[in-house]
Amino acid sequence: MAAVGEGRITYDARGLAEPAAEAPRVAEVDGDRATFDARDLSTRLINLELRRLLYEEGVTDVTVENPGAKHSIGVGILTRCRITFAGSLGYFGCGLIDGPEVQITGRVGWSACENMMSGVVTVAGNAGSLTGAALRGGDVVVHGRVGARSGIDQKGGTIIVGGDAGMMTGFMMQRGRMILCGNVGHGLGDSMYDGTIYVGGTVASLGVDCVPGEWTDADTEFVERKFRIHGLGSPPELQKFVCGKKLYNYDNLEPSERKLVL
Amino acid sequence: MCGIAGIIYADANGGREVGSDITRMLQSMKHRGPDSTGYALFGPSSGSYVMRFTLADANDPRDFEFADRIKRNRFLVEQRLWRYGAQIHDLEEETEYAFRVTFDYDGDLKQLADLVEDVPGAEVLSLGHALEIIKDLGDAESVATQYDLGGFRGTHGIGHVRMATESDVDISGAHPYWAYPFNDVAVVHNGQLTNYFQWKRRLERSGHRFNSECDSEIIAVYLAEKMSDGASLEDAMRDSLEELDGVFTYIAVTEDALGVAKDEMAAKPLVLYEGDDMVALASEEIAIRAVLDREIDTYDPFEGEVMVWQR
Repeated sequence: MAAVGEGRITYDARGLAEPAAEAPRVAEVDGDRATFDARDLSTRLINLELRRLLYEEGVTDVTVENPGAKHSIGVGILTRCRITFAGSLGYFGCGLIDGPEVQITGRVGWSACENMMSGVVTVAGNAGSLTGAALRGGDVVVHGRVGARSGIDQKGGTIIVGGDAGMMTGFMMQRGRMILCGNVGHGLGDSMYDGTIYVGGTVASLGVDCVPGEWTDADTEFVERKFRIHGLGSPPELQKFVCGKKLYNYDNLEPSERKLVL
Repeated sequence: MCGIAGIIYADANGGREVGSDITRMLQSMKHRGPDSTGYALFGPSSGSYVMRFTLADANDPRDFEFADRIKRNRFLVEQRLWRYGAQIHDLEEETEYAFRVTFDYDGDLKQLADLVEDVPGAEVLSLGHALEIIKDLGDAESVATQYDLGGFRGTHGIGHVRMATESDVDISGAHPYWAYPFNDVAVVHNGQLTNYFQWKRRLERSGHRFNSECDSEIIAVYLAEKMSDGASLEDAMRDSLEELDGVFTYIAVTEDALGVAKDEMAAKPLVLYEGDDMVALASEEIAIRAVLDREIDTYDPFEGEVMVWQR
């Protein structure tokens, strides 16, 4: 964002100037529900309209029609609400959110739900690479397949994938859980520090320090509960993978806790 | 970063508006590469050859001699084509430095291309029965306007928007690359090849020339050489996953096929739509939606995948 004279000039995700970057106020509001068509709106205007509805109008249920696979839609929403994207999102969709329950009727591009703190994101179609990168909390449910390095650096929460997953899934995973119902590419859980990965299909190869784990009743209870919550039916037979703890020996302390202990 | 796109139509007998479709796809990815834009379009084949060549770069200084030099060198190209047996039908001036010539010829294509490129400042962008490579500086809309691509009808095509990282911003560094001296093969690429110099030396020893310092140029020649040895496009592309190092996603086209390959690390994006009417693919879904104004189902090919569609 740059300031020029008295007017502020902002730029959309493509670097195009948007001198009048104010919420377009195009939504039809009906009580606590609202709908607007994003077909002719830029990323910035879509996000401004979303934020206006959620933070200023007190709307709790928003439907965004025709998002058109634009990038960086629905990011940084920090309140409990329901958002439906009737279509597909591009890259970095729903990143940095804390609380919303999001339904995406199409697919999402790379890095969906990156750094998400809490809430639920459900994707009816496929998702690109790096889905749930650095996820801290909440549930990400992808009914289709996900690309490479999904769950990279995952620090919490749950990623559920109905289809196949690409290579290096769960790379450097730190905490949280992944439930992958389909086949998984090479290097599963490579260099993971902690966390649990459940796989229903075949695993092309395990990554460094990723090893089969012992199945417990707690695993059964967890998986069944997640499937029940998200209406996914009966879970498939799953294998469990965890960190072998041979490569790195990190503790489970947050940096601030470590400071206190050490 | 760069953006790549491709489209192949299922029912392209009469030719579809591939020029405007690729333009819309590339313009929607302008943010991935504003330096230059290029097209490899396949028009209907008439049996004659069509050659696109430049006699200067868009960046070249317009000194007092510029116009005369272009005129003189254009004459030299025409003269050489005639002298070596090419029957010229038409020679069009697309811009002040870019030309399109159609001709009949039954001699050695490499020799002909070499003779043309021996003219000072000349670079053959493409040569084939249906392939036409158009590339220049600027975004897709400006290049399409400059070369009047809105009316270009054809069967399939690929395109590229470039963010120059490892070579200069000029026409030589712009994609697509023609697989000199093999007709009707071209490639667009997003990524970096780390064994570029090794392959460049190897292919140069086999007699191939390279016009740019861009690593992507070797992919086209690499594939065409494999195919000239009898490999199918798909086999050649599969071999490339083993023999080319680096991170890459590239799209290759021949007169009757379009293929995509993604390296083992899957570090460069590609989104794919396969419909009854067409296959469209691009670095970002937003580009596919630029030509399909309806809800569509798309996916990312996985790492190490090679997919080829025949016309």
